[in-house]
Amino acid sequence: MGFQDIIFYFFATVLVASALGVITARNPVHAALLLVLAFFTCAGLWLLLEAEFLAITLVLVYVGAVMVLFLFVVMMLDINLEHLRKGFWRWFPFGALLALVMAAEMAIVVMGKQFSLDQMPTPAARAADYSNTKELGRLIYTEYVYAFELAAVILLVAIVAAIALTLRHRTGTKFLDPAQQVAVKRADRVRMVSMPSEKKE
Amino acid sequence: MEYAQQLFGQFFGAEWGPALFSLTKNLVLIVAIVLPLLLGVAYLTLAERKIIAFMQIRVGPNRVTFFGIPWLAGWGQPIADAVKALMKEIIIPNGANKFLFILAPILTITPALAAWAVVPFSPEMVLADINAGLLYILAMTSMGVYGIIIAGWASNSKYAFLGAMRSAAQVVSYELAMGFALVCVLMMSHSLNLGDIVKGQEGGSFINWYLIPLFPMFLVYFISGVAETNRAPFDVAEGESEIVAGFHVEYSGMAFTVFFLAEYANMILVATLASLIFLGGWLPPFNIAPFTLIPGFIWLLLKIAFLLFFFLWFRATFPRYRYDQIMRLGWKVFIPITLVWIVLLGAVMQLPPSFLNAFPLNLWFH
Repeated sequence: MGFQDIIFYFFATVLVASALGVITARNPVHAALLLVLAFFTCAGLWLLLEAEFLAITLVLVYVGAVMVLFLFVVMMLDINLEHLRKGFWRWFPFGALLALVMAAEMAIVVMGKQFSLDQMPTPAARAADYSNTKELGRLIYTEYVYAFELAAVILLVAIVAAIALTLRHRTGTKFLDPAQQVAVKRADRVRMVSMPSEKKE
Repeated sequence: MEYAQQLFGQFFGAEWGPALFSLTKNLVLIVAIVLPLLLGVAYLTLAERKIIAFMQIRVGPNRVTFFGIPWLAGWGQPIADAVKALMKEIIIPNGANKFLFILAPILTITPALAAWAVVPFSPEMVLADINAGLLYILAMTSMGVYGIIIAGWASNSKYAFLGAMRSAAQVVSYELAMGFALVCVLMMSHSLNLGDIVKGQEGGSFINWYLIPLFPMFLVYFISGVAETNRAPFDVAEGESEIVAGFHVEYSGMAFTVFFLAEYANMILVATLASLIFLGGWLPPFNIAPFTLIPGFIWLLLKIAFLLFFFLWFRATFPRYRYDQIMRLGWKVFIPITLVWIVLLGAVMQLPPSFLNAFPLNLWFH
């Protein structure tokens, strides 16, 4: 077993353990933090596969932004765990069935011919100056440009929808426009009065 | 160096020797970066207290000295502070989540130190010369917010929690503006590698630095950097007049000090990045005799010190921002400016080569 294998098995163990923790942890904050750990170790595994751009983007986007907002929300929730676990055994058979179907579907896809090991030869190691950032950019903006633009449009629609759903105009707010505040001159607020000094009686 | 490599090969065999050799070598190099950094952090606190004191017509720390030497008065202060913090008890509040409470300061300092792995100090001096260096630093600095959020939540205190919430929203907002400002830089340099970005600014004088064509981006980046490190005037996460001390109100002793170490290490990191990507890094301002005699590493240090002075200057002079105005500045001012500049830069880069190779554009686009 080489050095790389040890790193791989270390990351894989942490990843599986933290992923299990996400679904078994009782405290939702702990679950969210374990999910962060899972993302991070996953990024480590991608680095081993020489996909440094994707790995760093995973950390930057999911760990650095998405999970922060997740934690933000989860921490403010006052979750009653008793209430959440009430119908667990009643719904367990249904959930187990769903899980089995999903596992079977994944097995069919992954164990099929397209994904077998002889279809996926070990890729040749790239030279040290090979930049997969550049390669990814070239692919996205040439071969997959339509798919990319579609994804961008869908995201844009989602942004507009999210803003439209939450935007409310309340009357009577005491909002001040900072531009107006900044533009105020001294003469608008203060009146200089020249008073002649008076003699002491 | 080669002798040590052979020694490792003989000792651990052909398979393990090279791996263990590179592990040991990197550990030594990491220590060689982290030790001067921590020393820099310690003396940055002294510099801050001294400079702010002079700005407010006070004297600042002038008591602690080494071996009673009078002209070193004040220079022992950071060491004395560190010893004092080490001696103090770390109090864990009732109802706090003990594991996360201890983990939070560690999570703050780790990314602050890990980001230094890809920073080049001169053309040859860099620990990890990776292709996506700039992206790596962005990822690491965005990790730092976890320490603050977890500290706020695990403390089981409302003040700490409010500070953590403010900090989380602030860091996420300003990261966007920061990222867009950096997009402009990498559009000009065609590279995410920090060494290549500095090399793209070569050309004879300070006119070639990205500071000139990207001046608004420099301002956006630097102000976002101040906000991202939770420094005054953006220090609402601490806000001692409203929420006592924010996320670290329950911390004491060394756990509290670690938060401060991380904050100052992040300040130095932001200043270093700004001098690397906008101020030409190790390049001298003029490529003529008296300036080129000074080694590049010294130039980089001078630029970092210059930018760090601004951090201290801001703290001494500006009043704290109101929270909603911080959000407005980030989302409604900085992000539109950066987006406009990206489009403008893209349009300029699409100009025919006869324009790009003519003065003044040939100074920066090559």
